[in-house]
Amino acid sequence: MENITLEGSTKTPTVQFDAAKGTLAIRGRSIPENSIEFYTPLLDWIDTYGKDAKNPTVVIIQLEYFNTSSSKCILDVFKRLEKIKTQGKEVLVKWHYETDDEDMLEAGEDYQAIINLPFEMIEVEEA
Amino acid sequence: MSGHLEIYDLYEKLERKNIMISFKGELTSELMESILTVVERKLEGFSESATIRKKVFNVLVELLQNLFHHRGVSPLALSSGFSDGDSVIIMIARNATGYSIITGNFINNRDAGQLKQRLEEINAMGAEELKQFYKQVLSNGRISQKGGAGLGMIDVARKSKDKLEYGFIPFDENHSFFSLNVKVA
Repeated sequence: MENITLEGSTKTPTVQFDAAKGTLAIRGRSIPENSIEFYTPLLDWIDTYGKDAKNPTVVIIQLEYFNTSSSKCILDVFKRLEKIKTQGKEVLVKWHYETDDEDMLEAGEDYQAIINLPFEMIEVEEA
Repeated sequence: MSGHLEIYDLYEKLERKNIMISFKGELTSELMESILTVVERKLEGFSESATIRKKVFNVLVELLQNLFHHRGVSPLALSSGFSDGDSVIIMIARNATGYSIITGNFINNRDAGQLKQRLEEINAMGAEELKQFYKQVLSNGRISQKGGAGLGMIDVARKSKDKLEYGFIPFDENHSFFSLNVKVA
């Protein structure tokens, strides 16, 4: 299947979904006014990928900012990934946060509490 | 001459209140982007800690998008006949204790009750309760037609760590002017 490669903008993140490698990365900032419009193709991609997912699938989330409308869409991303796990395949979420960014660490922990997937919290130096 | 005095008066008031940026008018997507870019650069210039910079930016994004999604025709603008139809106001103040992000917009009285209730509910909660409430709304809430997930005010309150200050000024039988002040320190 085709990969997704999106260049980040001032409002949307850089997206690299690679089906052959089984890596899904969302990096940068996610603050669009209409997040559903942005995330719908990503969710559709995950559904298709899920039919023949790699084992394991590694999900890299490295966000600087995200708005609450994106937070709902990010939850949907994790929910689609949960389905892959239900099929007996491994899915690992690597949640990145910058040193001192307690809010971003906490945001990761919020998802970790809601979603049934293993999360690894990775601290990175401020860019 | 009175016009010159009025503009000075306005300038002086804003200056005395330490307003670093203010905007009144119709909010567009492009304009929000410009405001965010300007504020982000200013915050970098003030050499604020990354924590404060991110909090201010996050709160500003949320409040701008709230204004944008809930913009409605201003009854004041309608009565003047010349102003922008859906005029809002947003200001950022910077003082010794930190930052204040202040917004004002007209809302329908039928929406005011629900909003007031949500704000009272949020202000009655401590940090841990807010965290639980956020997770609850995140996992159960649906994105409304206006794009809001009902999470905005909860998120803003969590980032602020202070109580939300707000007011509803009755305007006419259908409208009130809603103002909100979110402090970040």
